[in-house]
Amino acid sequence: MAASGKSALNKAPLLEVKNLRVEFPTRRGTLLAVDDVSFEIAAGEVLGVVGESGAGKSLTGNAIIGLLEPPGRVAGGEIRLEGRRIDNLPYEEMRKVRGAQIGAIFQDPLTSLNPLYSVGRQLIETIQTHLPLSAGQARQRAIDLLKEVGIPGAEQRIDHYPHQFSGGMRQRVVIALALCAGPKLIVADEPTTALDVSIQAQVIALLKRLCREHGTAVMLVTHDMGVIAETADRVAVMYAGRVAEIGPVRDVIKQARHPYTEGLMGSIPSLGHRSERLAQIDGAMPRLTEIPRGCAFNPRCGHRGQRCLVERPDLMPAGSSRAACWLHDPRGVGAAAVGELADA
Amino acid sequence: MLAFILRRLMQSVAVLLAVGLVSFSLFRYVGDPINAMVGQDTPAVEREALRVKLGLNDPAPIQFVRFIANAAHGQFGLSYRTAEPVSRMILERLPATLELSFCAALFALLVGIPMGVYTGLYPRHWTSRLLQAVSLIGVSLPTFLIGILLILFFSVILRWLPSFGRGETVTIGWWTTNFLRWKGLEALILPSITLGLFQLTLLMRLVRSEMLEVMRTDYIKFARARGLTNRAINFGHALKNTLVPVITVTGLQLGSLIAFAIVTETVFAWPGVGQLFIQSVQFSDIPVMAAYLMLIGLFFVIINLVVDLLYFVVDPRLRGQMGRRAGAH
Amino acid sequence: MSARTAFAQWLHHAADSDIWWSFKSSTTTVVAAAVTFLIIAMAFLAPVIAPHTPFDPGTLSLSDGLKPPVLISSDGDWSFPLGTDDQGRDVLSSIMYGTRLSLIVGFASVIVAMVLGIGLGLISGYFGGTTDAVIMRIADVQLTFPAILVALLIDGLVRGLISSDRHDEIATFVIIGAIGLSFWVQYARTVRGSVLVEKNKEYVQAARVIGLSPAVIMVRHVLPNVTGPVLVIATINLGLAIITEATLSFLGVGLPSTQPSLGTLIRLGNELLQSGEWWITVFPGITLALLVLAVNLLGDWLRDALNPKLR
Repeated sequence: MAASGKSALNKAPLLEVKNLRVEFPTRRGTLLAVDDVSFEIAAGEVLGVVGESGAGKSLTGNAIIGLLEPPGRVAGGEIRLEGRRIDNLPYEEMRKVRGAQIGAIFQDPLTSLNPLYSVGRQLIETIQTHLPLSAGQARQRAIDLLKEVGIPGAEQRIDHYPHQFSGGMRQRVVIALALCAGPKLIVADEPTTALDVSIQAQVIALLKRLCREHGTAVMLVTHDMGVIAETADRVAVMYAGRVAEIGPVRDVIKQARHPYTEGLMGSIPSLGHRSERLAQIDGAMPRLTEIPRGCAFNPRCGHRGQRCLVERPDLMPAGSSRAACWLHDPRGVGAAAVGELADA
Repeated sequence: MLAFILRRLMQSVAVLLAVGLVSFSLFRYVGDPINAMVGQDTPAVEREALRVKLGLNDPAPIQFVRFIANAAHGQFGLSYRTAEPVSRMILERLPATLELSFCAALFALLVGIPMGVYTGLYPRHWTSRLLQAVSLIGVSLPTFLIGILLILFFSVILRWLPSFGRGETVTIGWWTTNFLRWKGLEALILPSITLGLFQLTLLMRLVRSEMLEVMRTDYIKFARARGLTNRAINFGHALKNTLVPVITVTGLQLGSLIAFAIVTETVFAWPGVGQLFIQSVQFSDIPVMAAYLMLIGLFFVIINLVVDLLYFVVDPRLRGQMGRRAGAH
Repeated sequence: MSARTAFAQWLHHAADSDIWWSFKSSTTTVVAAAVTFLIIAMAFLAPVIAPHTPFDPGTLSLSDGLKPPVLISSDGDWSFPLGTDDQGRDVLSSIMYGTRLSLIVGFASVIVAMVLGIGLGLISGYFGGTTDAVIMRIADVQLTFPAILVALLIDGLVRGLISSDRHDEIATFVIIGAIGLSFWVQYARTVRGSVLVEKNKEYVQAARVIGLSPAVIMVRHVLPNVTGPVLVIATINLGLAIITEATLSFLGVGLPSTQPSLGTLIRLGNELLQSGEWWITVFPGITLALLVLAVNLLGDWLRDALNPKLR
């Protein structure tokens, strides 16, 4: 139901990330946590970003909203919102973009809200920061938003404090806060990870419905392939700071082009194949300090060839997707080199 | 809320009784109260008569009840050293200590909190580093040494400010105040700085570390993600969240200011209860020590009650649940 | 995981390059360590390196009294580099001997507080119930009184119990006990917290099932766990203990003038401050401040490096 066939390609991109690099200077040298990441998000589109922890997906999200935690910094590339470059804006300019044009949802609703202020105060404060509304109008809008995210008795609940809400309800409040000023894009970083499984589906459904109604695009960062399959139009698979594969969600799930994605898909349990053991990828993602030469995935890859040990593959067309794997080298050279060592 | 206050009141009474027990034990069992009242050559019969008259032969619990009842009326007997009523000695000197502690607290709060906020918000700025370094020196210098150094510079070398005593005071009823004469205010400056400096550095470091911690929280990051202005984030969201621990520590520190006044009063020959206490320790003047202990206990209990009430104002989470005291140690 | 491996792990963790790196990379810490070491060395070598024996009345001469430090004196006589006090005692030598006493009292009272606190913390956490409640309430009440006041009370109490001429003999022990008793609470709380955490862990339950004494098991597991925090508290308390002793001595209820610590020296000098003989006060004062500052810096660094959650 997710990839409803409507192509994102015929719309101008809302968000354009080009060759993004995020660095962390440490005493053991500079770590390249996000390495040459490029993707686009069209207006109203849901892009899933999936990968193991440490793959750089959250950092990419933080870089987009301009809130990388120091000493992390954008070291290269561009981020454009509706054609306007936003990665090099002064703090005050970027502040006006945040909340107004790009909303954000973080992982833990229990800690995302200031415990000392009522949810109403936090909503009204955000609304009045971005929209020219009177206190009364802002309060009305806050109540409407709470109703929209499905908080029963919004008129009374608006004056309650965060600790008086359950986890799922708090995440609804957080979604309302992200939608306050009608942003065009929401960066949702693991929005359901901290929630009960039974509530996860509700929150995801809510997010999806609201964004469709408001025409808001979403960058949905998660490690949960199930959530992506259900929600996203397209998916970007990240591995060790790079995009391994990107494409329409249905194609990526059905026919993964990158060996890593293949392994990832194999680890999703599916109904009907109960007896089968879930496939798993041997080994673990390398630490940022120990990324091997060539393709970062090569130590764990079943199709590894000589070339994979030496040369780093960029994204190349593979069916309707694009994958960073020499198996899809348009010149066919990579494929040839691969065979030799496949069983070694 | 009411139940909570009642419970805290009960606890306060319990603490006061505990302090009272210590005071009573001091009073009753350290040294012999009779020896202090009569001459060396008083015959044993007379001593015994005095014992009976003073109720010193009654069972200890009864004596304790009597002690507490007397204490509640401000009666602590006669000083072993001067044979004056202890309550009058304390009352005479209390205004001096309270005024000094008040000025020191004001100095610590008004300077310490802004410095803490600043260094917490801009930890990398050179002024923050400088303040941080200076504060460490402030914590490492014993109070009496700070007092001596201040006297050396401002009294002995520069001759700007007086180095001992209260200067000129005005008496209003039983209260003598420094605040109404220029000479009195002048005399307050050095002692107040001396007494307040340690609390100032403590507050500054506390506010700083709380600020740093709060600035790392998810809700501050989320507030940034919502595009709130720095002003709203720093002062609306961050500062308010540092208040609970700051109130706790400030409360405790105010209590200890009155006790720390012992040192400052000695350095500046300030005629307060602290100086009285030191003299009574040197002479083992037990009734005065016992009374002083009760006094400090009383201040502590009052301050704690105020602190608890302030929590309610600051933290909505506490308004819902009765009696649980978050933020305290 | 036996206690020994836990301890070995902690040691390994402590000796891990991270800690060493944070030590080396912090110039302040290295300087603080060097200053602490120098002061300790100076204090304990005092009988060997001090130019005079200031508290042997036989070597004193009143004609040497109140000599200013050599830098501002007219005769340039180097026999009293930091000047003399009104009794003709060499200030430098007095400082060396005084520092020694200050350090001894400081270390000893920290050890008293540590042993007392760890013991009560273990008991409180392990037995729980009434024992725990009583110990922790005492801790609460005591915490509300500043350490200096507690120490003063204990000192006053002892003065009331024994005659004053005997008091001077045992003054050092009284002070050590008084300061030790006023600083135990923090250790007890830390250890108790750790015991409460460990108590419910499976291995303690398991140990109980197979008939091992859970108390022994816990002591062996809890102690290595709290070594870091306790070390941090001890370092910070060392500074506080030295300050407390100096303050008590300054107030005239600490060490007697016959055995002067830095605090006593400052008190004696303070009486001459108004007449301009500043060096008798200022040099011991600087030594005291340097010592405490260096120890505090080490404590701060240790806390950050081990990063236990301390309040």
